[in-house]
Amino acid sequence: MSVLVDDDTRVVVQGITGGEGKFHAEQMMEYGTNVVAGAVPDKGGQEVSGVPVYDTVHEAVDEENADTSVIFVPPAFAGDAIFESLDSELDLAVAITEGIPTQDMARVNKRLSETETRLIGPNCPGLITPGEAKLGILPGNIFAEGNVGLVSRSGTLTYQVVDSLTNRGIGQTTAIGIGGDPIIGTDFVDALELFEDDPDTDAIVMCGEIGGEDEEEAAAFIDEYVDTPVAGFIAGRTAPPGKRMGHAGAIVSGSGTGTAESKISALNDAGVPVGDTPEEVADHIEEFLA
Amino acid sequence: MKLHEYQAKTVFADAGIPTPDSQLASDVDGVVSAAEEIGYPVAVKAQVQVGGRGKAGGIKLVEDADEAREAADSILGMDLKGYHVDRVLVEEAVDFVNELYVGITMDRGEGKPVAMVSTKGGVNIEEVAEEDPDAIAREHIDPSFGMHPYQARKAVYDAGVDQSVARDVSSVLTTLYQLWDDKDGADAEINPLMVTADDEVIAADAVMNIDEDALFRQPELAEMEEEAAGGDELEQKADEYGFDYVRLDGNVGIIGNGAGLVMTTLDLVDHYGGQPANFLDVGGGAKAARIANALDMVFSDDNVDSVVFNIFGGITRGDEVARGINEALEQFDEIPKPVVVRLAGTNWEEGMEILNEDLVTVEQTLEDAVQRAVEYAGEVNDQ
Repeated sequence: MSVLVDDDTRVVVQGITGGEGKFHAEQMMEYGTNVVAGAVPDKGGQEVSGVPVYDTVHEAVDEENADTSVIFVPPAFAGDAIFESLDSELDLAVAITEGIPTQDMARVNKRLSETETRLIGPNCPGLITPGEAKLGILPGNIFAEGNVGLVSRSGTLTYQVVDSLTNRGIGQTTAIGIGGDPIIGTDFVDALELFEDDPDTDAIVMCGEIGGEDEEEAAAFIDEYVDTPVAGFIAGRTAPPGKRMGHAGAIVSGSGTGTAESKISALNDAGVPVGDTPEEVADHIEEFLA
Repeated sequence: MKLHEYQAKTVFADAGIPTPDSQLASDVDGVVSAAEEIGYPVAVKAQVQVGGRGKAGGIKLVEDADEAREAADSILGMDLKGYHVDRVLVEEAVDFVNELYVGITMDRGEGKPVAMVSTKGGVNIEEVAEEDPDAIAREHIDPSFGMHPYQARKAVYDAGVDQSVARDVSSVLTTLYQLWDDKDGADAEINPLMVTADDEVIAADAVMNIDEDALFRQPELAEMEEEAAGGDELEQKADEYGFDYVRLDGNVGIIGNGAGLVMTTLDLVDHYGGQPANFLDVGGGAKAARIANALDMVFSDDNVDSVVFNIFGGITRGDEVARGINEALEQFDEIPKPVVVRLAGTNWEEGMEILNEDLVTVEQTLEDAVQRAVEYAGEVNDQ
């Protein structure tokens, strides 16, 4: 079992004719993902690595029954590409693109509240159900099938924690990178809810970082609704206020909201141990599963 | 990207928001002639990107030419919280009876813009938000419709603004939202919005932060960016290279890929008793030349005593990273600062083979690499 993605998922890749889109479409297929179509304006009728390309996402849905899109469209056009996914009534859209203007995402966010489509990202590595399928750019070889759900705001930090788990023989049900932007589709609470409802997920890792209040909200949600044991990690303990630490969303405000201390204490209050190092997170998970 | 006060005021004034008469000056004579033209009293205001300019001596009110000369002399060339002042704004001093606050920002929790109004202007609004949150009226805006006129009125009346100026304040707020929307603002703020004895409103300060991800479609503002940049020399160099870089106070240089992992590396340096000198994210898929540039940047920071390189490859390849590190280090007869490298993920084994181990220390895990770099930095300090 898993959440959101499995080997039945039928994927359309938006931007499949670009360098990144083509490379990662191939990587996804190599991992076993069912990539059924590409969608690129004015490129309909072409084929990329054996995958038929359509001019619009609507056509890809009509012709190939695509139910999920993965978006590798440059930032200036990515907001529009997400709208196209939402208006095509897909089940899931995964936006990998980094650097989408925040006001574009505010408009997307409004549309999201009116549709049934779930959005992951943007500015995220995607998600993977080990042994079945991956949507995005995660390196498949570090993951293993197992019973730990993982949700994270950061890509490479996810790899670091997964590596620690896999090296100890602990596999994953699904790992979701929700992205490092201020406005994202699926947040911690949404992902925690999915894992809590998944009978095969026996423990959850949640990797947060400074900025915003999503981790505090997640802590409150865990306290009330989550019985599955959760271990946490928060990046950015040493970040100075007012400086954007790479991710657009990773910034401690001048008034001190969004600090690592606030997030760690909220999680601790909800009974979630927070590791000082990625290895300590793996220690906690190992204890949960013992 | 934060505009200077004089830039933001120009943008606001062009949109029809009342601002005091002002001129930019960069030498003492320029300040005096600007002041004469505007008419005393005037304020002489340092144009640097730091808060609390007044308390730090960067804003002075002057009554005549002698005072103007004296103020210009002391402010121009001064070091204000680490920023060199090379320009001042000479501005008409406004006689006010009230100071208000108006602002627009993105409420990331709600995922939509919010307009804010308060009668407690002229002080740090974040302190007001903390101590007396009810003193700030908030109105969330649906970005697909923009701010309805009634919402501006509602925010203004909710804040308790006097009826005699409510219409003008609403109009300023409406214009501010349009500017924020048109210019891809992150924050737009007037604090204080002064109210004069005859019920005129005037923007005595102006703050405008632009979403850097949207500069591609704001060419006029992007041109202002060069002027607005200022500040730390290394941070400017990082901009040229296109790195996400933040300079810190410690002596362990840090290079990695991906914001979360680089932040984690900083935290681990601290955890193991060291002090991070910087945050440097080379981004995804960095090639050898980019890696060499990163190392060059961190070496050029005099505070750095050792460097830890932590790469977990997804789309970044270990062999490219190793080539870049060799390339950067082989140009030195003697390695200027010890470098510790940890490679994992895509092509890490190939990378390990390529790495010249005479030039760097290799560690297998993140924890070991950080501890080794902290140890090296400590040894340098003990010498």
